Amino acid sequence: MSPRGRAWLFVGGALGMALLLAWGLAGVPGSDVPLGRYAGLLADHAVAERHTTNVVIATAFDYRALDTLGEEFLLFVAAVGTTVLLRATREERDEERAARLDEQRGVATSDSLRALGTGLVGPTVVLGVYVTAHGQLTPGGGFQGGVVLAAALLAVYVAGTWLALRHVAPVSALELSEAVGAGGFVLVGIGGLLFAAVFLENFLPFGTKGDVLSGGMVPLANLAVGLEVAGAFGVILTELLDQIVLRRSASG
Amino acid sequence: MTALQVVALALVAAGGTAVVFTREPLAQAIVTGVFGLFLAILFMLFQAPDVALSQIVVGTVAVPAMVLLTLAKLRREDERE
Repeated sequence: MSPRGRAWLFVGGALGMALLLAWGLAGVPGSDVPLGRYAGLLADHAVAERHTTNVVIATAFDYRALDTLGEEFLLFVAAVGTTVLLRATREERDEERAARLDEQRGVATSDSLRALGTGLVGPTVVLGVYVTAHGQLTPGGGFQGGVVLAAALLAVYVAGTWLALRHVAPVSALELSEAVGAGGFVLVGIGGLLFAAVFLENFLPFGTKGDVLSGGMVPLANLAVGLEVAGAFGVILTELLDQIVLRRSASG
Repeated sequence: MTALQVVALALVAAGGTAVVFTREPLAQAIVTGVFGLFLAILFMLFQAPDVALSQIVVGTVAVPAMVLLTLAKLRREDERE
């Protein structure tokens, strides 16, 4: 296609896009429009029915837990796919060489960066556990907490070396966390099937509103998702790092 | 709509434009992270703290980290050739 033709195609496309966008924006409801019926129903009844002060989590992990199950396995499959694509055929010789080279890198990292990374590890882990454990009470939950926990691994890498990361969180442990999390959510669902006759139906006492262990199965499901997400992100991060470190050693 | 919400919307628009106009991938990863933070503030101001928290962890931690790691991997491959 000639440059002129392409330019005309762009002008036509951009104009059409602008028109559609303007049409769509004109129909956007304002921020003061009342909630939809389903949202209103949940907002009115979730706290009394499920004893969770965070209605969003009650929706995600109880009323619509099946959707969350699907989303959880989406991440699980993504992590497995990354592993299959990236996992290099590792030989012991390569690993030793990579470890040696990485120790040199450790010295080259500036002290301020190492201090910052080291200082961040502890608070990040605490924040991750807190966000996961208090999902049913305040905004947060297993997904957000899991990513925060995985971010702590990144801080370990920044502060120390690739070896330190492998030491703190071996790939096998991360894979275990991922698998236990994914399986755990299904187990919670099967618990519902066994004790409440419906898959993913709550089968635990709801507890006192505002307690860490309130909301019936919600804290359990949250924990499962937290383990799964932390494991999945951890696996993806370490696979990418492995690639970088092992390849660097192969070329150096 | 409050004045704060208008400011947040303007920041998001500016941030998104900045991401598009940053051509260098390394710088773009950082700008994307800042854009993610603007989005999180927007969600927070529209009373969606759960979404804001997800946006913070995904937009300012997960996505920039993955992009940076991928870039690092690609650079190693370039050096080998």
